[in-house]
Amino acid sequence: MNLARAGVVLERNALNYRRTWRGSIIVSFVSPILFLAAMGLGLGSLISHGQHRLVAGYPYLDYLAPGLLAATAMQTAALETMYPILAKLMWDKIYESILATPVRVAEVFIGELSWICVRLLIVTTTFFTVMVAFRVVHTPAGILAIPIAVLTGLAFGGAFMAYSSNQRNDSGFAALNRFVVIPLFLLAGTFFPITNLPAVFQAIAWLTPLAHGVALTRAVTLATPMAPPAALGHLAVLVAYAAVGFVIGRRNFERRLTV
Amino acid sequence: MAVLQGLRALPLPVGFRAAHIIERNLIHYRRHWIIIFSGFFEPLLYLLGIGYGVGSLVPAIHVPGGQTLRYAVFVAPALMASSAMNGAVYETSFNFFFKLKHMKIFDAALTTPMGVGDVALGEIGWAVARGSVYAIGFLVVMTALGLNASPSAILALPAAMLLGFTFASIGTATTTFVRTWQDFDLVQLILLPLFLFSATFTPISLYPAPLQVVIEATPLYHGVDLIRGLTTGALGPGLVVDVAYLVVLAAIGLTIAGWRMRALLLK
Repeated sequence: MNLARAGVVLERNALNYRRTWRGSIIVSFVSPILFLAAMGLGLGSLISHGQHRLVAGYPYLDYLAPGLLAATAMQTAALETMYPILAKLMWDKIYESILATPVRVAEVFIGELSWICVRLLIVTTTFFTVMVAFRVVHTPAGILAIPIAVLTGLAFGGAFMAYSSNQRNDSGFAALNRFVVIPLFLLAGTFFPITNLPAVFQAIAWLTPLAHGVALTRAVTLATPMAPPAALGHLAVLVAYAAVGFVIGRRNFERRLTV
Repeated sequence: MAVLQGLRALPLPVGFRAAHIIERNLIHYRRHWIIIFSGFFEPLLYLLGIGYGVGSLVPAIHVPGGQTLRYAVFVAPALMASSAMNGAVYETSFNFFFKLKHMKIFDAALTTPMGVGDVALGEIGWAVARGSVYAIGFLVVMTALGLNASPSAILALPAAMLLGFTFASIGTATTTFVRTWQDFDLVQLILLPLFLFSATFTPISLYPAPLQVVIEATPLYHGVDLIRGLTTGALGPGLVVDVAYLVVLAAIGLTIAGWRMRALLLK
């Protein structure tokens, strides 16, 4: 294991990104802002005209925005680990070329995961800036939402890479997107309180990283008090998912790429 | 081969050459059925998350015409419209492009007695079929959940098929201008605002007047207005305008698609 060689894989992604960043802006930046405008402002104004003027004590826009931040991190992780990884594995055979050099499979995996980290950092920082402009960040400590969202993305990133490296065609991505990513996006606390779900679904939601990521980003941007054990519990779930994803992802990469 | 013969046994009008394209796509999807199957759940998840989840925070919606609707009743027809749009657009964007530029399916088809018109009609027919399957499934779910307020809801199905046809036509026309996969990012940039702002989740009366004018010029808005009118029973002359708009746009899309495909395939 040589981190400098993993760094070369990271550098390759960065060089490639110089040519493809325009498209990624639409998906990872414009789309969460459109959701924020349509749901936060549009739908939010319906909510505040009703008898429930507030959601959990806050205007809907303020409630929604930190949820979208964490959810955007999840979607960025999905976007970066599905087609791009399979393309490099199978269609463009980039990894075959890389492995013909002294770079090893584990270094490829770590380089790719670091690149996802960089992408998460770019996306979440940009979206956080938009949140500040919308005046939905209630305290300077809200900036902690950025590392929390990046960690949320990583909680999915390793696991998604593990999934992608088992695929032989892209059909599985439609399934992952529609049976995991979109259900979590819509039901795991981003748009409405998890307590409004039936009990069984509440339990399922809390088994996923997104619910914990949203709970934390929301607590820090809204400055709601959270007991330290609860905060540590949420963090522990995210770290555990990221760690398990790392181990399985690396193992699957080794399996697929070692000849 | 057995499956091929099995499919041939389907009552496809074989004299109608475009049917061969539909048959080809059916056979192709035997191995990728999960893509079509999973697509059905996308609007359903929005119905659960936004219609019911966020809907529990939203009071009843007052729509033009004086009706008051439960939020889920308001959102469901819009999601039915978007399901028909999605089915038609998924097929005529990425899939159509892949067949046109990479698999060269249509070049192969043209070496048979099929003409460009057959190919275009087959592809559009297939896209409408996928959108229609989604719309039928969604309408069944709406009925089961009691989200149809009027018997005229049954007409929402042909309305969704018309909407699917309009999007399939303009989708095909648009894709003939696409040069690389990156160009599809621009297509996404058009589709997402259509999905979010076409009176899907909120009445457009909430928006500033100039924005309302822009929204009223877009196709999904007319599809939503039409289908919502039919499922809620708010029937009026506005629905005729919606139908006319969708028919005219479909005709324009079809004309451009035919003209462009001739230019691309008969070089």
